[in-house]
Amino acid sequence: MRKQIAAFCTAWVRTARLMVGVKDYETYVARRRALNPNAPVMSHDEFVRYCQEQRLSGKSAGKCPC
Amino acid sequence: MQRFKEMAIWIVVAMAGAFSFATIALNRGETVSAVWLVVAALSVYAIAYRFYSRFIADKVLQLDPRRLTPAEKFNDGLDYVPTNKWVTFGHHFAAIAGAGPLVGPVLAAQMGYLPGTLWILVGVMLAGAVQDFLTLFLSVRRDGKSLGDMIKTELGPVPGIIASIGILMIMIILLAVLALVVVKALTGSPWGTFAIAATIPIALFMGVYTRYIRPGKIGEVSIIGFVLLMLALTYGKEVAASPVLAPLFTLKGTSLAWALMIYGFVASVLPVWLLLAPRDYLSTFLKVGTIVGLAIGIVIAAPNLAMPAVTRFVDGSGPVFSGNLFPFLFITIACGSVSGFHSLVASGTTPKLLENESQARMIGYGAMLVESFVAIMALIAASVLDPGVYFAMNSPAGVIGKTAVDAAQVISGWGFAITPEVLTQMAKDVGETTILSRAGGAPTLAVGMAHILSSVIGGKAMMAIWYHFAILFEALFILTTVDAGTRVTRFMIQDLLGTVYKPIANTDSWAGNLIATALAVGMWGYFLYQGVIDPLGGINTLWPLFGIANQMLAGIALTLATVVLLKMQRVRYVWVTLLPTTWLLIVTLTAGWQKLFHDSPKISFLAHARKFSASVAEGKVLAPAKSLAEMHQVVFNDYVDATLTALFMAVVVAMLVFGIGVARRALAVRWPTAREVPAVYRQGEADA
Repeated sequence: MRKQIAAFCTAWVRTARLMVGVKDYETYVARRRALNPNAPVMSHDEFVRYCQEQRLSGKSAGKCPC
Repeated sequence: MQRFKEMAIWIVVAMAGAFSFATIALNRGETVSAVWLVVAALSVYAIAYRFYSRFIADKVLQLDPRRLTPAEKFNDGLDYVPTNKWVTFGHHFAAIAGAGPLVGPVLAAQMGYLPGTLWILVGVMLAGAVQDFLTLFLSVRRDGKSLGDMIKTELGPVPGIIASIGILMIMIILLAVLALVVVKALTGSPWGTFAIAATIPIALFMGVYTRYIRPGKIGEVSIIGFVLLMLALTYGKEVAASPVLAPLFTLKGTSLAWALMIYGFVASVLPVWLLLAPRDYLSTFLKVGTIVGLAIGIVIAAPNLAMPAVTRFVDGSGPVFSGNLFPFLFITIACGSVSGFHSLVASGTTPKLLENESQARMIGYGAMLVESFVAIMALIAASVLDPGVYFAMNSPAGVIGKTAVDAAQVISGWGFAITPEVLTQMAKDVGETTILSRAGGAPTLAVGMAHILSSVIGGKAMMAIWYHFAILFEALFILTTVDAGTRVTRFMIQDLLGTVYKPIANTDSWAGNLIATALAVGMWGYFLYQGVIDPLGGINTLWPLFGIANQMLAGIALTLATVVLLKMQRVRYVWVTLLPTTWLLIVTLTAGWQKLFHDSPKISFLAHARKFSASVAEGKVLAPAKSLAEMHQVVFNDYVDATLTALFMAVVVAMLVFGIGVARRALAVRWPTAREVPAVYRQGEADA
């Protein structure tokens, strides 16, 4: 039961973060390591900034303006 | 047994829907509870989702769960990430939900709540959700390509460029009309203006906080920001009452317009982490939270609809927007039922997140149904108000005069009895000096929301707070759109100008950057300013123009979908997209045609220009103009609007012609010619 609640909360937090364009950092690190253990990995801070830049820099439509 | 049970449930849902519709439509003279509208809408959504979207998924598109999605193929944990479908759903809904579905239905309420409700429901089921679903599907089958790229590969390079120009023009008109909504809401309102102005330092603080003090703590900073925002909102009341501060924040429309232009320019050249990102957090969470709150509020308060089901203004003589029910009701509602912009979002981030192709149905079709429900709620909020109050708020000063006495007399003359006392009392209740002629949807929605929410929490005493909360919430996310949208427009301009003069396309150069931003702000600023000084309210002119543009973009996306279905040789099912495409083309072209060539100067830009030119020739000055020079300006603006309308129409027709050409070539052969990327199947599942 406790596990389920924890999973539910994580899902909520992930949804809220993704709503503002910030993806999941742990998933990113895990995937990066899996692809190539020696590849450089962005810090959490850099990761958030990358996501912000992707969403808001204006090079693509991140969200509906209307 | 299982089958029988399922059938029984759907029969119950269908009957609940039918009964609610009967209650709404057949009730004459008695008040109807808004809950019936909610039940009717939810039954329609349930049935549309269960049956129609499933038909599209299984038969028309033949979604294949065994096929790898772009997120799986290119999974880098960064841009392409297979994501849980509920998380993706939340993301997608937040990305498509904007101000449009809140404004359009409020304006459309002038014809009564029934026509608007019917179009919101039918439109989303057969057109809006279909468009979102199909563009998402097309993009998933093409490694997450954008709409523009898909048009280029499926229709050809020339239609690709035409579509980009069309999208740029839509952006300009959209930003102008949204900024105008904010101006209308804040003119002469020190409380609202203060609260909105306070969001800028709050956002800057949040930006610095997430960058230097507690990096990356989005949840934490959003909560701090929200608390500060609520403090600013509460303090706004003191500001409005203060003899020193109130005049500082009591601004005229034109001053607000200039302030917005300067803000838009500065915000879009600053680094995104400083201002845009924190505002994005605040506005996104506030928006989603308020939508949920409003839904709960409507169900608990169960307000009665005060607006008649159908008003006399279905004949096209209404004060809020001019023109007949066909085509202008459809143009006005726009986003709540079909929004062309969603085709850009559905071909943006979302296709790079899907875990499985089969989820395109729930995310593409499903999220749009929720968006349509937001439109229904906006319509309810406008319809629970006394119609007299509704018309006082939404009719231009040129029609109802500038005082409560004049307004009450004119509106009572239309058959919506109202006294000046009610109008002044309402203004007092919501903490404003006047509520007259605040067209643009936001203030009306705010009064409606205050009406509903204050009956749940706080009573009359809280009404002013609720009103300003609603204004804050709308203005905040509109302004976030204005700054983000200006950036998008800037890149589009750099891209397009870059084809003529290469150096300007360099997005890292400050010169190119500033020139393109100035051009972007200058263009939407021109239309905004023109709207602000228009005594007929501006919304009257600009909202239909935006509606035409947005429906036109949907028409383009659906044309692409139709052509691709033909290229896939799914000819038997092509009606699924052909029907909404045809309808949207008829609506936009008819509306465009009437905007150009109708006899009435109220509807047609050219007729209006002729009327003013004739007056100039006689040396007479017509209101709104105060001098002959202003008369010339009015005529000039009319020609600009007319040119823009003609360009929109030209874009639609061009896309149609190219579409027909490609479709004919696709039908001349018997094999599929759609340019999907080759299917890659999950291991061991290809033969399953």
